[in-house]
Amino acid sequence: MAHADADGSRSGRHLHEAALKRQHTREQWSILSLVVPAMIVIVLIILIPLSWLFYLSFLGDNGGFSLENYHKMTQYKSYYRIFVTTFQVSMLTTLACIALGYPLAFFLAQLPPRWAGVFMLAVLLPFWTSLLVRTYAWLVLLQKRGILNEFAMQVGLWETPIKLVHNMTGTLIGMAHIMLPFLILPLYNAMRKIDRDMMHAAANLGANPVNAFWRVYFPLSLPGMVAGSLIVFVLCLGFYVTPAVLGGGRVIMVSNQITAILENQFDWGAASALGVVLLVATTFTLYVAARVFKFDAALFGRD
Amino acid sequence: MTDVPQGTTALPIRIRDLTKRYGSVYALNSVDLDVHSGEFLTLLGPSGSGKTTLLMAIAGFNRPDSGSIRFGQDEVILTPPHKREVGMVFQSYALFPHMNVAENIGFPLKLRGISGAERAMRVEGALETVQLSGFGARNIDQLSGGQRQRVALARAFVFGPRILLMDEPLSALDKKLRERMQIELKHLHRKLGVTTVYVTHDQREALTMSDRIAVINDGELVQLDAPEAIYNCPANAFVADFIGESTMLPLTRDDAGALSFRGQKVGDAGTDQAKDWTLVVRPERLFFAGAGAETDDQAIVLKGVLRESVFQGESEMALVAIDDATEVAVRFGTSGRASPAGGSTGDQVSIGLDRSDVIIIPGGQAV
Repeated sequence: MAHADADGSRSGRHLHEAALKRQHTREQWSILSLVVPAMIVIVLIILIPLSWLFYLSFLGDNGGFSLENYHKMTQYKSYYRIFVTTFQVSMLTTLACIALGYPLAFFLAQLPPRWAGVFMLAVLLPFWTSLLVRTYAWLVLLQKRGILNEFAMQVGLWETPIKLVHNMTGTLIGMAHIMLPFLILPLYNAMRKIDRDMMHAAANLGANPVNAFWRVYFPLSLPGMVAGSLIVFVLCLGFYVTPAVLGGGRVIMVSNQITAILENQFDWGAASALGVVLLVATTFTLYVAARVFKFDAALFGRD
Repeated sequence: MTDVPQGTTALPIRIRDLTKRYGSVYALNSVDLDVHSGEFLTLLGPSGSGKTTLLMAIAGFNRPDSGSIRFGQDEVILTPPHKREVGMVFQSYALFPHMNVAENIGFPLKLRGISGAERAMRVEGALETVQLSGFGARNIDQLSGGQRQRVALARAFVFGPRILLMDEPLSALDKKLRERMQIELKHLHRKLGVTTVYVTHDQREALTMSDRIAVINDGELVQLDAPEAIYNCPANAFVADFIGESTMLPLTRDDAGALSFRGQKVGDAGTDQAKDWTLVVRPERLFFAGAGAETDDQAIVLKGVLRESVFQGESEMALVAIDDATEVAVRFGTSGRASPAGGSTGDQVSIGLDRSDVIIIPGGQAV
């Protein structure tokens, strides 16, 4: 023992090396085990059904592999129109959310944090109300003999009721309302992170308020805006309830069509194929966005 | 040349009766301050003293309740910040992360309509001045703290402002780098000759860098003087305590106006009728006297017990108790020739103070 101590070479001895390594491994496994429940859920409710969806979409009438479900889609012009409508509604809703949400988020970001919290509650309040209730509430407001039309006609803004619902307008109003918080939250977070000194520095260097906004504030808020817009856009692509209720059968998006196929024709293959195409289109959109904007930076912040 | 000719762009700043209240608290209470053309003036004070508020008012980032700020002949109190033409280095540097180094420095030039080749030339000139030649294409997040500091500096003077403001620009740097940057900033100031107002809470930094120091406390200008004068002739107990180390000893005043400490006369009140007077003793001005030393025309000698002696690297600090309630700190060098306490804890020692090193301030020692 005394000899070993006196020897004292730094590389030669490996005291407890194996035990320390075991301890390290055990620690890593215990951390990993935390994700096991989530992994099980993902496999059960996402991966397996999704595989089933893909499988069904490639199943022909005769029970073998076939592309007929996809072939059908290219044959009917109505399918093409449904995809155009879906992307159109999603794009317009996103733009409406930006137009409404950017000034609001900017206003919130200027407030002292405590007041911003109060206003943020107002933004989040709709979240706590059922989606269906909110959608029908819009129906009550916007319909032919609804509150808005009655009021406007009484005041004399217009003579005959304007068609505000059961069309694209109603769908967009309802969807923009529901999606707005998804845009505001990430945008507000990004704006809060902008150091007050940034705007001071811009002014100090000679930028008037308009210049300072466009050259400094807006670029710095862009990651938050991109993140929020992507969330809104992707959620819109698969939206069902609002277009179904407020569109009145005139705004048919992919999810509405899937329901229609299942209810009318009970054609699982065709419905699955439509789902697969929507999924691929959504993934593609995200991929393009990730290439154009720095997606990871947008979602997880710059620092 | 890209360098600004010396002295031609400097402007004096004249501040009168500047007041800024937050609720019932005066951040600035009727401050009058003249910054001479081309000088390096430091606003020094503890946090919350109002020094940053004053700097922000000069830059135009906050709106005072009343007062006047003139740059040269021009009243600027109502001028928005983007028209004040002052350069500023922020504590956080406030470099724009979505622009590279050259774009950051070129930003004020771009806003002034300076384009293409001239802008590139002036940016390169500014980078050269702060010793960052060739760093133009770097991103901000690729720079070290010291390099960011230099970029912020280059951006602040590249457009030839007549006044340069700095808000604790070195506080984020480590000690070694900070001390090097202090010297560099001083060189740069001499080179540019621009009127500079510098904010810090670090008294050592203020003493190192400034032509004059304005000590600010509770929203008021307490003393405005050259570093030596601030250190050697503090105006009151706050300044004496805030700048440098000191032990405050209360003095008694007799009817004739003589001020003494425990029967030993240390000074004269002159015509000043103030009742309370305080002797300010700087630890490094004290020395250990021989065992038999007595107060004479040269020095005042105090006797006490060595309580503790602490090695601090470049110097050693001894605490000497001259009575049960009063400890006096004595700092001495650690070279072999320095004559330390010579004894161990508990020994009787005599400490001396040259009469020329006596600092007397009116007022009690309460700060």
